[in-house]
Amino acid sequence: MADIVAALTGAVVRYPDRPPIGPLNLSIAAGEIVAVVGASGAGKSTTLRVLAGLERPSEGQAVTAPPGRTAFVFQSPTLMPWADAQTNVALPLELAGTPKDEARAQAAVALASVGLGERLTARPRQLSGGMAMRASLARALVTQPDLLLLDEPFAALDSVTRRHLIEDLHKLWAGRSPRPAIVFVTHDVEEAVYLAGRTVVLDAVSGQVAVARPTPGEAPRPAGWRADPTYRETVEALAAALAHAMPDRVA
Amino acid sequence: MSRFLAPALLIALLLTTWEIACRALDVPVYFLPPPSAVALALVDRAPVLAASALQTFRMALEALAVSALLGGGLALAVSLSRPAEQAVRPLAVALQVTPVVAIAPLVLIWAGLDHADRAVVALAAAVAFFPIFSGVLTGLKSAEPDLERLFDLYGASPLQRLTRLRIPAALPFALEGLRVASGLSVIGAVVAEFVSGSGATQGLAWRLLESGNRLRTADMLAALVCLMVMGLALSGLVGLIERRVRAHLS
Repeated sequence: MADIVAALTGAVVRYPDRPPIGPLNLSIAAGEIVAVVGASGAGKSTTLRVLAGLERPSEGQAVTAPPGRTAFVFQSPTLMPWADAQTNVALPLELAGTPKDEARAQAAVALASVGLGERLTARPRQLSGGMAMRASLARALVTQPDLLLLDEPFAALDSVTRRHLIEDLHKLWAGRSPRPAIVFVTHDVEEAVYLAGRTVVLDAVSGQVAVARPTPGEAPRPAGWRADPTYRETVEALAAALAHAMPDRVA
Repeated sequence: MSRFLAPALLIALLLTTWEIACRALDVPVYFLPPPSAVALALVDRAPVLAASALQTFRMALEALAVSALLGGGLALAVSLSRPAEQAVRPLAVALQVTPVVAIAPLVLIWAGLDHADRAVVALAAAVAFFPIFSGVLTGLKSAEPDLERLFDLYGASPLQRLTRLRIPAALPFALEGLRVASGLSVIGAVVAEFVSGSGATQGLAWRLLESGNRLRTADMLAALVCLMVMGLALSGLVGLIERRVRAHLS
């Protein structure tokens, strides 16, 4: 059994104005990729924030990675508009006390790894949506995290850019040693199956994990894998499970 | 081109109409002097007007500096604690809604009649305070929530959060506040000078009063023109800085 980088045990998050999320049981092993799908309001983003330690569960337990070992990619690129790409990517290192020159050098390497080596001095507004998301990814990877959390990072992109980014993320993950664990939230079941070793469906009604289904085969997957029957089967099964976990399901 | 041409044409048209109407209707000069008389007065009294304008400008600028320091500083301090903000905000609003004319006599007494210029600066600063305070405070809290979460995630210290995130995010708001405040500081200086009245300060407002008492209407209008130009220049200057900084920030 691989090391666990983060785990939720009976974690419940209560809100003043909406039904509680949980109890959630979920453990993330080192180096694995987990996709989280579910209807809106099922608690996908909450689950990520609890795994990141940004939110504490009202009940139950959350074990998180040590400070600075978790990285987060939000729905929007979330770059500081007044700073260039290199400064944005160097930020996590500088906040942790890395000397400025060294932080900037590592930021340049991280930007090159996502294909932005030529755009170090570009301001966020000078980058396309896909490029800004890549910069955001570089900022997350620059600290060599044990756990990378992604909250629907590709939702706002067009389908071509999106597929490119997903494949690049997969390559980046596979090329690292040790590989970081990745948990990513998506509403796209195909994206989940392609990228993840395991997909978790959150039930919008009970606020719990409804189904956890492993994806067959080993990562990284060949480019043509989307045409494979086992891929289609897994997608169909998960789509059915997701439909069942929707709040307005027909009994 | 037409950005400047259209208003220039309108101004020329208004001035011409005014000039012709004054001459055609034989309006007494003490009642409404024609633009040509105002222009003559501007030239005649140029040294006096320039000295007065300089004094009003200096007082307005000092007031702007004081209000920027106090308003910005207080907003910065208050942004660090929610109870402090809740405690201070009503007082700041109270200061904003109190008419400056009403507190001017009090401030004059406190400053002493020998230091009427100090009272003018204090009153103008009080008027200019709120937009800066409010702008900086809003700006400090304007950073994207996910960026704030990112700083949480990486365990940023309060100082790092302030210098790397909140102050850069606040700058455009602070400059917007400063631009509004620059206009208000001129208004505040003039109102305060009116109230102090007796020539203890010799700014443009005093020139207006003095000329009015002597029914020298053309001189009054000349002083008014100076005030308008000064106000425009000050807000134009701050606007220019604002655009520069904005272009640099985004």
